[in-house]
Amino acid sequence: MTALTRLTMAAARDGLRRRNFTATELAAAHVAAVEAARPLNAFVTETPELAMAQAAESDRRLQRGEARPLEGLPLAIKDLFCTKDILTTASSHILDGFKPPYESTVTAQLWAAGAVMLGKTNMDEFAMGSSTTTSYYGPTENPWRRPGDNRPLVPGGSSGGSAAIVAACGALGATGTDTGGSIRQPASFTGIVGMKPTYGRCSRWGVVAFASSLDHPGPLTRTVRDAAMLLRGMAGHDPKDSTSAPVAVPDFEAALTGDIRGLKVGIPKEYRVDGMPGEIETLWQRGIEWLKTAGAHPVEISLPMTKYALPAYYIVAPAEASSNLARYDGVRFGLRVDGKSLEEMYELTRAAGFGAEVRRRVLIGTYVLSAGYYDAYYVKAQRVRTLIARDFAEAFKMVDCILTPTAPSSAFAIGEKSDDPIAMYLNDVFTVPADLAGIPAISVPAGLDESGLPLGLQIIGRAFDEETVFRVAGVLEEAASFTATPQFIAGASSSGGDIGSGHHEPH
Amino acid sequence: MSLIEGRTGSWEVVIGLEVHAQIVSAAKLFSGAATAFGAEPNTQVSTIDAAFPGMLPVINGHCVEQAVKTGLGLAAEINLHSVFDRKNYFYPDLPAGYQISQYLQPVVGRGKIVLDLPDGGVREVGITRLHLEQDAGKSLHDQHPSLTYLDLNRAGVALMEIVSEPDLRSAEEAGAYLRKLRSILRYLGTCDGNMEEGSLRCDCNVSVRRPGEGYGTRCEIKNVNSVRYVMQAIDYEARRQIEIIEEGGTVRQETRLFDAGRGTTRSMRSKEEAHDYRYFPDPDLLPLTLDPAWVASLKASLPELPDAKKARFVAAYALSPADAGILVAERASADYFEAVARGRDPKQAANWVMGDLFGALNRLGVGIEASPVSAENLGAMLDLIADGTISGRLAKDVFAAMLESGDPPGKIVAERGWKQVTDAGAIEAAVDAVLAAQTDKVAEFRAGKEKLFGFFVGQVMKATEGKANPAAVNELLRKKLNG
Repeated sequence: MTALTRLTMAAARDGLRRRNFTATELAAAHVAAVEAARPLNAFVTETPELAMAQAAESDRRLQRGEARPLEGLPLAIKDLFCTKDILTTASSHILDGFKPPYESTVTAQLWAAGAVMLGKTNMDEFAMGSSTTTSYYGPTENPWRRPGDNRPLVPGGSSGGSAAIVAACGALGATGTDTGGSIRQPASFTGIVGMKPTYGRCSRWGVVAFASSLDHPGPLTRTVRDAAMLLRGMAGHDPKDSTSAPVAVPDFEAALTGDIRGLKVGIPKEYRVDGMPGEIETLWQRGIEWLKTAGAHPVEISLPMTKYALPAYYIVAPAEASSNLARYDGVRFGLRVDGKSLEEMYELTRAAGFGAEVRRRVLIGTYVLSAGYYDAYYVKAQRVRTLIARDFAEAFKMVDCILTPTAPSSAFAIGEKSDDPIAMYLNDVFTVPADLAGIPAISVPAGLDESGLPLGLQIIGRAFDEETVFRVAGVLEEAASFTATPQFIAGASSSGGDIGSGHHEPH
Repeated sequence: MSLIEGRTGSWEVVIGLEVHAQIVSAAKLFSGAATAFGAEPNTQVSTIDAAFPGMLPVINGHCVEQAVKTGLGLAAEINLHSVFDRKNYFYPDLPAGYQISQYLQPVVGRGKIVLDLPDGGVREVGITRLHLEQDAGKSLHDQHPSLTYLDLNRAGVALMEIVSEPDLRSAEEAGAYLRKLRSILRYLGTCDGNMEEGSLRCDCNVSVRRPGEGYGTRCEIKNVNSVRYVMQAIDYEARRQIEIIEEGGTVRQETRLFDAGRGTTRSMRSKEEAHDYRYFPDPDLLPLTLDPAWVASLKASLPELPDAKKARFVAAYALSPADAGILVAERASADYFEAVARGRDPKQAANWVMGDLFGALNRLGVGIEASPVSAENLGAMLDLIADGTISGRLAKDVFAAMLESGDPPGKIVAERGWKQVTDAGAIEAAVDAVLAAQTDKVAEFRAGKEKLFGFFVGQVMKATEGKANPAAVNELLRKKLNG
């Protein structure tokens, strides 16, 4: 069955339609892989019975020749997406026992397209983090290890459970959300593809809110084509989300022509940040060469506001979060710790329910919105945000897309940056600008660093021009021909349950 | 100018009102849940109203239309671009921990309301703004000895907050303002104005000053829910502040509560304890953008409002401004009056509507919509008077019978044989009989005691049980007595 879990999503789709195997066989293989991957702690909740039931329905449809676009394809769902009657926690203690009476629009669309749910993946609490170490349910491990170094590594975050399980071949693909880089950075850390579409492309309805103006649902997959497939299933206008864009969803796979001749690719000089490892610079140069070889024209561009993106993000996102998280008050759902008074109930509940990082951001957000500070922080940050969007708009008058590294480093050890929030926040330096501007960006695995860990390159595109982003990403993927696999592959006989050893060489 | 006499001289009271008017709408402002009053607790609550994770607001276009209509009815600027903000504070009946409101950019800007003063004059009061916001739920503290229960039926219901300028100068003016605002809202159909059900609630900002001086420190009295209470609260609060100042103290800026039982106000929280609401634009909602053509079409379709109707009644029906003001206060009364007055004597119609009808409805305790006497029947009765079928005296009896039975006047007159006698022969016989029986009085009359004429008329009417046509009686008597 292992072979089935190594398939790409596109190959699995084709295999199902050719009756090479059944959806039930595919689901069973993945259910077994999920079980085998438990040492990674990638899931908060596994849903094997649901997966098998959905697969049985898929087989009936496949037999009738009524296969839907994602028929029978097993997916993992970030535990930020509300799933009807299935525990949804945002990896927070405060959502203890919360089973939503509704299904998020994105997941409802996936099930309507025939996809199969394996479970709900672990994440940084309320998506606040870049390491999946702030989860109430414990950290998720990266299936990659530095060769010769047994320390467990973070999978990045916040969509770390989704990234880890896809990288470890426990799911064909997964949903994630990207607020400051939470899809692309874990994709880069785990050697997979992560796509953050345009803001408004995927509905936020039923997605537990972190920072409403920045939250972007998107796919994590092992290939660019799979990301195109999965995004198509997730995207679409939703009247229940006022910020959802009333635009048609193109066939993103059709954009993967491999032809980028004549395309202008912007190389922003401001993305050469202090202290960035030389090997990331080297990989970036290699990426430029690959695209040039394919017929594109690299153009040096300037995005002068880049250095203000991170500070602006760390004002806007906590501000929105402080308000979005006010509803977790112990009154109607989730955790309640009784107190002698209303205030005490609030205090005890929120103190027990929220972890340190969430509390930190709620405090920052409350502060920046307070009377006397609002103009100096929040209003100014929003102005910076406008200027960052203008930077991109100016750049896209000259170029068709932008190539940058995804993250300033490869995966780090669990606990390595936990006591230094600023160092942790710096992980998002290359990913945050596209979130602030709401434009599409993808991370494609492009190589390994000197310690043998994957690194991603990022393609940023114009709003609602995911097609160009996918097209260039496809070429980049082809050129990089990244075939390395993590030390831990779920259910693989050589490494199953063996994550503790950490001595497996990349293939 | 109405001043309050204190121990040390006269004081002017300065009042501004913030009215929360519940929008007439079948669904809530952002959730689509129903809004019916009096439903079982927590039966009209969607997961959006209860602020479940991942739930998002979607603006109810009908509520926007109602707010814009109201703005137009208040002769206000309509802002084609407005923004929804979050007003953040923790309270169990505020499920999201924030109220979606409009802070810096409301949908409606400056407007005005014209007050009808008791002397028939008018006074203009400025409207600062009108904005859309959600209502909170209800905390029930009296259902359990130690627990608070929550009813979220009201959570998310659409409100218009209508803020006046500090232009009001007495409790009476504040009352007139509220009545006029309620009248306009009802005309527009944007708020039912029912203060008992909480559809219209009022916060009063009250301060006092010496005439001609700058504004004093104000206190805000929260959530007063009747016109009478508003007037009581203002009177009490003004005198309280005057007393403080006259005794050498200073008024503290604070929020106060009205105690309806005692007719007093008491401190709720001081300025220092005031919330920092941390307003910021709601990222779940796009700015509200209105199409000027749509606004223009709403403006064109507005009903005739009280001020215009009053002016028209004065001009078209020659009513006094005071009478016209009374008739237009409720659209139903105005419509009723017009139905009666159309094609008839308007002064007579107004007298019947404002006199006998309003009096009767008051006694019965019903509104004009439930009047047992329909406008059609009252009009038909006036027609019977006009064509001489019944006398004015008989009409009072007919009206009483209509009030009781709801029957048309023609039926009542026919059934009870109250039809006025116009048969000249019958009247003449009655006249002759009276004159024959009262020979002494006839002699006195002819000797110059002309005041006796009324006596003869009365005798004839009595003899005919009031049914004789008074004009015919007069004419015959005059002919026979003088002839």
